[in-house]
Amino acid sequence: MPAARDDGARGARLSRQTLGQRFAAYRLHHRQMLAAGFERLRRYPLATLMTVMVIGIALALPAGTLVLVSNAKSVSGTWQGAARISLFLKQNLSDSAVQQLADSVRAHAGVASVKVITASQSLAEFRQHSGFGDTLSLLGSNPLPAVLVIRPTNDYTTPVAAQQLGHELGVLPQVAEVRMDIQWLRRLQAMLDILHRAVLIIALLLALAVVLIVGNTIRLEIENRRTEIEVSKLMGATDAFIRRPFLYHGAWYGLAGGVMAWILVLIALLLMAGPVAHLASLYGSRFSLSGLGFEGSLVLLVSGIALGWLGSWVAVARHLRAIEPT
Amino acid sequence: MIQFSEVSKRYAGGNEALASVSFNIEHGEMVFLTGPSGAGKSTLLKLLALIERPSRGQIIVNGQNLGGIRRGQIPHYRRKVGMIFQDHKLLHDRPVFDNVALPLIIAGVAYQDIPKRVSAALELVGLAHKERALPVMLSTGEQQRVGIARAVISRPPILIADEPTGNLDPDLSFEVMQLFRRLNQVGITVLVASHDHNLIRRLGQRVLSLRAGRVVAPELQGDAHAGRA
Repeated sequence: MPAARDDGARGARLSRQTLGQRFAAYRLHHRQMLAAGFERLRRYPLATLMTVMVIGIALALPAGTLVLVSNAKSVSGTWQGAARISLFLKQNLSDSAVQQLADSVRAHAGVASVKVITASQSLAEFRQHSGFGDTLSLLGSNPLPAVLVIRPTNDYTTPVAAQQLGHELGVLPQVAEVRMDIQWLRRLQAMLDILHRAVLIIALLLALAVVLIVGNTIRLEIENRRTEIEVSKLMGATDAFIRRPFLYHGAWYGLAGGVMAWILVLIALLLMAGPVAHLASLYGSRFSLSGLGFEGSLVLLVSGIALGWLGSWVAVARHLRAIEPT
Repeated sequence: MIQFSEVSKRYAGGNEALASVSFNIEHGEMVFLTGPSGAGKSTLLKLLALIERPSRGQIIVNGQNLGGIRRGQIPHYRRKVGMIFQDHKLLHDRPVFDNVALPLIIAGVAYQDIPKRVSAALELVGLAHKERALPVMLSTGEQQRVGIARAVISRPPILIADEPTGNLDPDLSFEVMQLFRRLNQVGITVLVASHDHNLIRRLGQRVLSLRAGRVVAPELQGDAHAGRA
């Protein structure tokens, strides 16, 4: 059938274009679908706003909670840095013996600094602060022991390491008792860890929710454009070509939801700033809530886009194959 | 150009739409496919468009065995077959220009080439001034011509049309058929399914008759050869 071959060659020659032209057309199609996706969001503002709001809330919940948890962690972290180990020494030690012990303790790798409070200093302090000064003077001898207040080095500030350090110092013969003010911090830390984990689990579930929301919205969109899909397939559109507008559409939803979530978190933090500042002032602290920050904002927006894209993929993968021309 | 060898198509319900159909359409031929409803015309066109696959037999189009075309390659095959439908299948939310340009956009044709090709295609069907119109603003006949412009814009070597005049009055039908004749004369192989016997007789081309899924008396009518390219 030489005639047929001739014709095929002619068709090829007519439709031939350089790879560069083809790529330019391909890129242009991407840009157009990007714009068209946005246009579709704009066309039905109310419906879009509702969907975006749902996505925004779903993203804002974990994002906001993570911000709070990380704030709480940073607060407890600074407390933990101040974690101290108090060594109450035995009664009969002379001041020079106390000083000697302090020097040897200072040599320990985990010890950043040692503050020596001799028995008489303890007494003076107690007299000043407790209001029992007069009663104390009734006692013939000083009932208070000397104390070494130890600040661990940074390596030893974690609860476990601090505990370890406390044990090591506690076995010294001169030491009567070890007090650590980190027990409650450890508990707080543990609670924050649980909270953090819980928020991550919730975040995963809500991410799944975003995928489903976008997926469902895109499914409706696919249904609305059924004819267009069928006709495009008949005209020789590849799956990728048909998928493209929907993927951009979903990504736009995700981005808009991310922006919405960012605004919601911002509003929530602003609403909490006053009470938090008040609480901090009661502790004599200048602490203020830190927000999402640049990195956090970026992560929020990028995950919004990614989830929107993914949701769209799920819908498109499930439904586009089902739409075949008949 | 289009070659069917012992092609059968049995649908899932057990209904045999085509039974051992064999025929050959040469390059540059224009052929009418006729037969009563349910004779298998639509099925035959669906096999050509790769909307359906045959249960048995072999179809060769433009030297390509359709049985060897995998799902992912179907789009590229379809770009070489212009299709025209009874219901036009236009996108009603877009102007004529966009409808006609669709195959070019799908094929990734350079954008600067598109406007002049759309103009040329619309000129060919006599709708040069309707680029900006929405399909609903056009008459049925005009809509069908938009469909034809869309089918030929990518210059396919083959054109298949399913009842293209089904909704048109006799005069318009004749005009549309004349248009197919002109396309055929510039070298496109044309296959038109129609049950409008009067019209087919007037045009005098080769006729392929189907009855109950079988080809009956493939015959040359009138002066069919006279106009063959």
